Amino acid sequence: MLNRKKIEVLCLAVSLAMFAAGCKHKTPPPAPPPPPPPQNNTPTPTATAPTVAQFSAEPTSIQRGESSTLRWSVSGNVTSVSIDNAIGTVQNTGNRRVSPSESTTYTLTATGPGGATTASATVSVSSPAPPPPPTAPAATNRGTPTSRLDSEVQDAYFDYDKNDIRGDAQSTLTQDATAIKGILADFPDTTIVVEGHCDERGSAEYNLGLGDRRASSAKDFLVQLGVPADKLRTISYGKEHPQCTEATEACYQKNRRVHFSAGQ
Amino acid sequence: MKRILWIAIAVSGAVAVLLGQDIFGTISGGQKPTIALPNLKGSGDAQRFMAAFNQTLTDDIQGSGYVKVAPKTSYPLNVPNEPSDLMAAPPPAPAPTRGRPGEIARPANGGGRWMTDWSGPPVNANYLAFGYSGISNGVFVFRGWLFDLSKDSPATAQVLAKQYLASVDEAGARKAAHQFAADIIAMFGGKSMFGTHIYFVHQATAMANSEIWVMDPDGGNQHAISHFNSISIEPSVSPDGSKVAFVSFVKGNPGIFVFSVDPVRDLRFYNQAASVNGQPSFTPDGKQVVFQSSAHGCCGIYIASLDGSGFRPITSSRFIDAEPKVNPKTGAEIAFSSGRSGPEQIYRMTMDGGDITRLTDGTGEASNPSWNPDGHHLAFAWTRGYAAGKFNIFFMDVASRSYVQLTHDEGKNENPSWAPDGVHLAFMSNRTGRSQIWMMLANGTQARQLTTQGVNKSPAWGM
Repeated sequence: MLNRKKIEVLCLAVSLAMFAAGCKHKTPPPAPPPPPPPQNNTPTPTATAPTVAQFSAEPTSIQRGESSTLRWSVSGNVTSVSIDNAIGTVQNTGNRRVSPSESTTYTLTATGPGGATTASATVSVSSPAPPPPPTAPAATNRGTPTSRLDSEVQDAYFDYDKNDIRGDAQSTLTQDATAIKGILADFPDTTIVVEGHCDERGSAEYNLGLGDRRASSAKDFLVQLGVPADKLRTISYGKEHPQCTEATEACYQKNRRVHFSAGQ
Repeated sequence: MKRILWIAIAVSGAVAVLLGQDIFGTISGGQKPTIALPNLKGSGDAQRFMAAFNQTLTDDIQGSGYVKVAPKTSYPLNVPNEPSDLMAAPPPAPAPTRGRPGEIARPANGGGRWMTDWSGPPVNANYLAFGYSGISNGVFVFRGWLFDLSKDSPATAQVLAKQYLASVDEAGARKAAHQFAADIIAMFGGKSMFGTHIYFVHQATAMANSEIWVMDPDGGNQHAISHFNSISIEPSVSPDGSKVAFVSFVKGNPGIFVFSVDPVRDLRFYNQAASVNGQPSFTPDGKQVVFQSSAHGCCGIYIASLDGSGFRPITSSRFIDAEPKVNPKTGAEIAFSSGRSGPEQIYRMTMDGGDITRLTDGTGEASNPSWNPDGHHLAFAWTRGYAAGKFNIFFMDVASRSYVQLTHDEGKNENPSWAPDGVHLAFMSNRTGRSQIWMMLANGTQARQLTTQGVNKSPAWGM
């Protein structure tokens, strides 16, 4: 135990140490700001912005891989002319061949003492029809049957030693039917496995039958809601594949379920 | 403590009355012969294996249920190696004569050399087993004897004398001990468990895949039969011990497999298209299996040949019928479990599905029927008197339907399976925390744990 005096001494020591550290590593004062720019006391009242007499692309539309020619002509009081898209500073008058890979709008900026003037020219690029993708795998934005089932389809739960579809399971399975129809529309070759599971209390042998009955009840319910029967396959795992193994009603309820997985 | 003792006495009395047969009288009656089983020695290198030998011999004899082993701490120091080391107690010395003080007083016992050292207090044995081992020409040789101590002299006391040969290692020593024990048990009318096998379901952890394993009845020699890396469950042995039927999910839905065991080979049972084909068990002639199938809805009892042909239903599929077991003695009736009247109960019926009768009284849940080889008694798991899932092992006389509870809420106790001797039961219990295989006598005594590694369940005891 520290007594009060010891704590005070310790605090003092700590603050001294902090103070000492503060002195040693004092941050340098900020650098002085840069001086302001010199005042321009001699404006040119007559100055006007340059004029872009021409900025065009010929031709304006090309196939990918072909080229187009940009032509420009700038007059007036000009100090610099530049074109964007990596062309950079150019002469007041000139041309440049460009081969953009996709439609591009080029912007020319002419700068003079009187200000800046811009003009733009667009080269449209049309690409040939893309080749068909190699034997279309599941498009990434549709996910996989498994990921879709995991995210869109819920387990339906049962009472002890029962395979009736109780109220909450009816609403769950009604939502599941919609989701399953969507998944089957996106993956017409997939079948969906309806797995029946049980809690650990009944005998393992009896539970294989009970799990089968739960899976069948859930399948029948989904078929009534328009899910094609030949796309649903039932399997019972009895109590062989528990979600949890605690001897509590919460865990028992978690295990008394029908779960959906992707088949072949 | 007094109460427990009283219950134990009541239970064994009830079992004796219930069973009313000689074979059960031996395990529950009070007149079991007592055998002295001293630790035996080996000459030279053979001694290295004698700890394993003595342990195996004691376990087998003690676990047999046919004899009582006299407490080893009471034994005299000199253990005979062979019959010539034993002698009848010499006749009582003549009364000491006065005036001859130099004579040495005759000792009160032979320190193990006299037969009376074993038959009298504190050992009080009726029989003495002894012998010795040695290594001869690369073979472990054990010479064993059993002496009846009620006889007057070593010359007439010998009831067993035999030589056992085995490999020079611990496994060899255990084998010789098993054989010596088997011969001793046979002397008392018992069948040895040696040579029988217990098939079971093994998992590394509760969430891991399961495989079918087999072991000796003392828990030794455990090894895998299936290698499916799937869920493999519900083993059952053919009456001659040459085949094991079980269920695996390896092809998706649970299906039946029939394997020969030596060598291990898939005999290719053809499963009907069904979401469940399971719980196979053999008919007493070993030519057919009865099982559960959902071929016409879940779940009816079916029968088929060992290759799956001749498939036909025995019960309708209106209810969950499960675990069919044909009476091994008569071959004329089937015990099974069913949810046909509510929670699972035990039923019996004829081979064609007639005369369906409930055997349990409708309370709790009852499952896992196993016929005693006598065809009159069933062991099963029942939650009667306990919460859902709290199974205990029960034992029923089928004719009278009187029953006895053999385990008493020490964890969950399920899947009893009779040994071929009809007096031992293997079962699964989680009383140590995890499901393991145990064995006990038919009166619930001498419970002994056979497996310790991983999770083990569903024992099926056969030849």
